[in-house]
Formats: sequence, structure tokens, C-alpha cells
Amino acid sequence: MTTEIRPDRGAAAIDVRDLHKQFGDNEVLKGIDFHIDNGQVVCVIGPSGSGKSTLLRCVNMLETPTKGQIFVEGEEITDPDADVDRLRSRIGMVFQQFNLFPHMTVLRNLCIAQEKVKGRSRAEAVEVARRNLAKVGLAERESAYPAHLSGGQQQRVAIARSLSMDPDMMLFDEPTSALDPELVGDVLAVMKDLASEGMTMMVVTHEIGFAREVGDKLVFMDDGVIVEEGDPRQVLANPQHERTQAFLSKVL
Amino acid sequence: MASPRQRAARARYIQYAVLVAVVVAAAFLMDWAQIQRAFFNIEVARDMFPRVLTIALKNTVIYTACAFAFGLALGVVLALMRLSSVGPYRWIATGIIEFFRGVPALVVFLAIGTGVPTAFPGREIPGDVLGQVTVALGLVGGAYMAETIRAGIQAVPKGQLEAARSLGMSHGRAMVSVVIPQAFRIILPPLTNELILLTKDSSLVYVLGVYLETQELTKFGRETMNTTSSLTALVVVGFCYLLITIPLAIIVRRMEHRAERAR
Ligand SMILES: Nc1ncnc2c1ncn2[C@@H]1O[C@H](COP(=O)(O)OP(=O)(O)O)[C@@H](O)[C@H]1O
Ligand SMILES: [Mg+2]
Repeated sequence: MTTEIRPDRGAAAIDVRDLHKQFGDNEVLKGIDFHIDNGQVVCVIGPSGSGKSTLLRCVNMLETPTKGQIFVEGEEITDPDADVDRLRSRIGMVFQQFNLFPHMTVLRNLCIAQEKVKGRSRAEAVEVARRNLAKVGLAERESAYPAHLSGGQQQRVAIARSLSMDPDMMLFDEPTSALDPELVGDVLAVMKDLASEGMTMMVVTHEIGFAREVGDKLVFMDDGVIVEEGDPRQVLANPQHERTQAFLSKVL
Repeated sequence: MASPRQRAARARYIQYAVLVAVVVAAAFLMDWAQIQRAFFNIEVARDMFPRVLTIALKNTVIYTACAFAFGLALGVVLALMRLSSVGPYRWIATGIIEFFRGVPALVVFLAIGTGVPTAFPGREIPGDVLGQVTVALGLVGGAYMAETIRAGIQAVPKGQLEAARSLGMSHGRAMVSVVIPQAFRIILPPLTNELILLTKDSSLVYVLGVYLETQELTKFGRETMNTTSSLTALVVVGFCYLLITIPLAIIVRRMEHRAERAR
């Protein structure tokens, strides 16, 4: 097992500097600067196509930025020599479509990366997995296959899978957008618990209520730039920018 | 004017009538005694046992299984090369795949059987006939399977690889643990079909020059046919092939049916 490199406590959890991303001729991110402190919950809102997912995916290098730098707890993940796999194992990611491994049971979904990436023994991995399944309220479904779970249950398993890697922070890309309305609450409840435990979280969401209640910071993106950011209650009650006002008037 | 239903009924009657006519004609025109002597000679058939099973059928199964295993491994490697971001890997894999798909299997067998010993005197593929058949048939099968496997890998949703990578898995680990197992589930039916084709192509082993212990079904059938001057041997051998291929075909149909329902 590799020695854990303790995060630099002074550094921001995520620090993004002048980030640009281009797909062909289409510039999707046009110079993004922002940071998340340890323990902060930052919610990102904005119209569809504004680049929210791309920004999130750049943070753990699922997309390679065209220009700019991203630091994760002081380490530059955009550095060509960075050990991206090791950094990723410290950043949990939850997808809109859950992306559970359909050929594995719930328990196996939670254990595989613990064993193959963290080098934990089977017994150790199972113990951690069971603890996290209990946390998301699905202790009794460990031998089910993903296809036999509801969307809400699948998303909670996906969260537990990320948590089993003991991440320092979690990224969420519209985690409730693919869910039936009555299942959204369970997932949000799990996320609220996480936030209250002090997990650093970056959440792309359309759940304005969640952003207001749980968020420490709200970021509004439009057309590849951050238009406005600040305390969620202030931004939501009193948006400064015209584009923010227009967007909020549609979703609120 | 007849209604559509009446017309459909009439068409069905005509089809039945044609069928009956053909059967009746066959029954009258064919020399059944001669056919039975030629194709269903009990004595000839009885003499073929047990060797048709203990040697011929056994060898067919072994040749096919080894070639399939080799071809599968080769197919996975070629498929991964085809999907590589490194250009030369893609070109080499494409070249190999197109070559062995484009050339008749018989030519590959001849090249392995006579070409390799001539080109590399003193060196030969280990494992005698089995080794040669594994390589020759495996190359052909692997080339076909590579494209199937590639399609299977590409059919696995992109989010699966992303989820695995986001957990810190390397690309290789994610392929082995997450993507390839799912790809194989998708392509199990076409792979089984490939196994059926390989079973039949294993008959080409005759060009490698086999002796009694290495004969497979077709060769064994031809030898028996020559010594007995009866076509019964072919009937027995053909039946043995069906013993392998029909269960496989049933398995494929089951899997396809299940995949259809799961969709
Ligand atoms: N892999 C890709 N290739 C090409 N264009 C992409 C890709 N991913 C995203 N885009 C484009 O980038 C823009 C922003 O997408 P995205 O970040 O998903 O927005 P959001 O999450 O805010 O809806 C869209 O116009 C989308 O078409
Ligand atoms: Mg998005």
C-alpha cells in the first residue's frame, strides 16, 4: 500500500485558475477562476449547455483542459507528470446516470476499487462497504444487482461506492436529475448528512432549495463563464447580474 | 374481390399443395432401397464406433476449443489495438484483421502447414498437429472475433469507464474489471456463432497431413468412405457435427431471446 500523502491543510480543496476547455472549435469554458475551501459545499447552477458538467469533469481530469491549471489540495492535477489515478482516488464523483457496474452486486461495486486501487484486503473492503451502505440506508441490499434497485437506491449506492474510497472531497453532477420526483428526497438527505459531516462538496444541481439550505457558496455559470458567485441566500434573494436574474426567474 | 384474409388463406393452401406434391413425387421417383444402401448402411455405421467418438469427435472438439481459446485471446488483443490511441497499433491490427478475414482459411492452413516449415527450416510450431491447427484456425477466428469484441467494447456505455476511472482505476484495470466483462456479455451470442463456424472449419486440418490418432470428423469420414465405398460414413460424421453445433445454436438462440427481453 502506498503511503497516504496528507493534504496540505493550508491549501484550498480545489483551486481552478484561468481554465479553458475547447471541443473542436467550440469553446465551452472561457476562463474559469474559482476555489473551494476544505469542508465547503459549493453548488453550481446555470442553464443547460453552460459548461457546468465540463467544469466538474475537468476537476478530476475526465476532460483534459485546453488551458489553465487545477490544484487539488495544493497538488496540480493538470500537471502532465501528476499521478492522476492517485489524485482521482481521493476525489469521489457521482454521475447523473449513477454508472453503477451492472455485472456486479452492490457489495462488489463498493469493494472493487478499494481492493484494486487502495490495496485493501477483501475483509477490510467489505467492512468499509457495509459501513457506507448502512450510512445511505441500504444495508440490506448488498447482494442485489443494480438493475433490481430503484433509481434513488442506485444513486445512493453510487454515493456509498465513492465514500468507500475515503475521498477528501466529492463531485456531484446533477445527482437527482434522472430520478422520479418522489425519489429525489432520499438522495438529497444523504447529501445533507455528508455536508453536515464536513465533506467538501462541489454540486452541479437544479435543486435550488438544496443550494439555499446546504450550500456555503453558490456559483452561477452561463456560456462558459462564472457570471456571479457568493453566499447562496444572497445570490438567490438578490441576484446582481441580469443573466442570473433571468435564469432564476425561470427556475424559482 | 376476395378479402385480404381470403387471399391469405388461399396463398397458404397453395403452399401446402406444393409441399405435398414435392413429397409425393420424391417418394415415387427415388430409389429408396438404393438410398438406404448408400447412406444408411447399418454395418458400416456400426464399424465406425467407438472410434468416431473416441478419436474423431474428440479431436474435432479439442482442435476447435484450442483454436477458439487462442483466437479469443488474439481477438481481445487485436480489438484493444484497434481502439488504441497509438496510430501504428491501430494500423497493424487493422492490417492483420483484414488479411486473415480476406484470405480463405484453407490458404492459412496451407501456409502454416507447409509455408512455416519451409520458411523457418528446423523450427516448427510446437504441439504437432494440434499446435498448427490452433495457430491456423485461431488466426482466422481471432481476426473475425476482434471486430466483434471491438464492437462489444464500444457498446459498453462511456459512463462505465468514467466511473471506474473516477474511482482511481488505471485505464487497463478499468478495462479488465469493468468494461471487458460487460462487453463479453453483449457479444456472447456472436462469439458462440463463431465457435460453430470454427467447429466446421476444423475440418481443414486434413491439409496438415494427419495420421490416425489426429484425425478429426471429416478426415475420419473420408477415410471410412474410401475403405467401405459407402456414403454412410458421411451421414454418421455429419450427425456428429450436429451433436456439437445444434446445442450451441440453441444456446445462442436462448441468449438472444434473453437479451431481447432484458432490453
Ligand atoms: N465530449 C464533448 N464533445 C464535444 N462537445 C461537448 C462534449 N461535452 C460537452 N460538449 C459541449 O459543451 C457544452 C457544455 O456542455 P456541458 O458541460 O455538458 O453543459 P451543462 O452541464 O452545463 O449542461 C455543450 O454545448 C456541449 O455540447
Ligand atoms: Mg451537465
